[in-house]
Amino acid sequence: MAVLGEQDVQHVARLARLAIPPAALSPFAQQLNEILDYVRQLQSVPTQGVGPTSHPLSLSNVMRPDLVQPSTVAQDVLAEAPARHGQLFKVPKIIDV
Amino acid sequence: MTQTNRTDSPLSQPLHQLRDRIASGAVDPRQFLNDLLTRIEQFNPSLRAYIAVDRERVQAELAERLAKGPRGRLFGVPITVKDNICVRGEQTTCASRILQGFRPPYDATVIERLAREGAVIIPHANMDEFAFGSSTENSAVGVTRNPWDPSRVPGGSSGGSAASVAADLAVAALGSDTGGSIRQPAALCGVVGMKPTYGRVSRYGLIAFASSLDQIGPITKDVTDCAELLSVLAGNDPRDSTSAPTAVPDYLAALNKPVTGMRFGLPKEYFIEGIDPEIQRAVEEAARVLESKGMKRVSVSLPHTQYAVATYYVVATAEASSNLARYDGVKYGYRGAGSSLLEMYEHTRAEGFGRESVRRIILGTYVLSHGYYDAYYLQGLKVRTLIKRDFDDAFKECDVILTPTSPSAAFKIGEKLNDPLQMYLSDIFTISANLAGIPAMSMPCGFTSSGLPIGMQLLGPSFEEARLLQVGRAYEQATEWHTRKPSLQAAEARN
Repeated sequence: MAVLGEQDVQHVARLARLAIPPAALSPFAQQLNEILDYVRQLQSVPTQGVGPTSHPLSLSNVMRPDLVQPSTVAQDVLAEAPARHGQLFKVPKIIDV
Repeated sequence: MTQTNRTDSPLSQPLHQLRDRIASGAVDPRQFLNDLLTRIEQFNPSLRAYIAVDRERVQAELAERLAKGPRGRLFGVPITVKDNICVRGEQTTCASRILQGFRPPYDATVIERLAREGAVIIPHANMDEFAFGSSTENSAVGVTRNPWDPSRVPGGSSGGSAASVAADLAVAALGSDTGGSIRQPAALCGVVGMKPTYGRVSRYGLIAFASSLDQIGPITKDVTDCAELLSVLAGNDPRDSTSAPTAVPDYLAALNKPVTGMRFGLPKEYFIEGIDPEIQRAVEEAARVLESKGMKRVSVSLPHTQYAVATYYVVATAEASSNLARYDGVKYGYRGAGSSLLEMYEHTRAEGFGRESVRRIILGTYVLSHGYYDAYYLQGLKVRTLIKRDFDDAFKECDVILTPTSPSAAFKIGEKLNDPLQMYLSDIFTISANLAGIPAMSMPCGFTSSGLPIGMQLLGPSFEEARLLQVGRAYEQATEWHTRKPSLQAAEARN
């Protein structure tokens, strides 16, 4: 399987919304390749006919009564915002006009 | 290394003893809390087991409990909490810069459960950032030191919780365990730590790392305390749809049941080259102690053990990368500069996350990305099925499984910091329990020749925590490892 280059690390970091300084790309690529080399041993395990386990419990469609309950949490949540405008979260401009 | 016996200090007493003495009036909870806070103020600057403790806030909570109750089974008892468990109004940061200043608007369910029994909450114990690590070196606020040797790590990620219990800077603590984060630091610090069955304890208010693996559990001075705390924590929670509806048994009743005739399995895959011979000897000696209590030794096999670490680092990083997508500088915590939204996101995350977090987010994003998903993530989930089946088969042959908790005792600070793969391999014996969802407990079973604690691990089938407590208590009654205490003079001298 392909080796992860600096360009690939940059690309994946971008997908994950992380700005990696250029000087850090090379050590990251090296460490990630070491880990991926190790992880690649999984591909040698025969898994034909074996289903995936995404979760240890076999619970499905867990329901609870749909009851109206008082909530005063909105103000507390907004109080944590790094920037707000009244009742709204404030962010940098998204659309240029 | 100097060791003192726990009976030397009232601060050394286990939770159950303290609780009884408060209830009988023999101990004044105000005096006890004051002494505990004073000890924290004395030793925490060197140990850094806590991120910060607000004396007035903790004392005010005790005053409120004394005035209004509830007079439950933990009345007046202080409990220390890891920094990834939300406490309303108290800074909860996962030891990360990105959550700096975050004050949750609600309590985790486990906090409500403790408060309902009259406990006093002490937030927050130090940890590896977002629980990513096995040494507590990845904390944004500084390294926690091992109370047995301050040049060594306490383990991780719940290193602050384990170190505080070992050093009597806590009566008992909550940790969280995704791949060994309760058990490995418990082993390295010489205390008891349990990861309950997945779904046994509500995760509501536990800041997520890997949602299919995370579990909250107790870190305590002995097995009885572990049973006491688990009794309070366990149970179904309508706010966590992955919490199990299974009935909670009487864990305390399990402590006094004889173990005669029960079978413990020794998996051959856990006694391999690379494990410290002193640890191997200690666990073999523990096996003889269990035999002397009437238990029967059987040999079992967990053939997919060698793939556990690789499986874990695919599954856990995949889940972590999506869980950590929420830290974007919009709703809470740290925000970086940027003239566009994208630039703001990228700076917030690059400046807010530490190196190990960045590494895991990139790895997780990569294994989930188009073209690699089947080869890594899906294959990882299939191998996870095989690992789970190994345990199902092994528990047909035995009641509990006995292994070392960690292949080595506490390592030196800095020793593995720049070698992530070596750090990951220190979780080799603990990771499988999370993948399979089964309960596992670490407890002290000896010391190395240089005086470092050794831990053994007991694993059981899903929802059989009582069995681990029963066997653990039988072992504890026959040994005295759990009564040894580190001397903190060395730690203090470094300060």
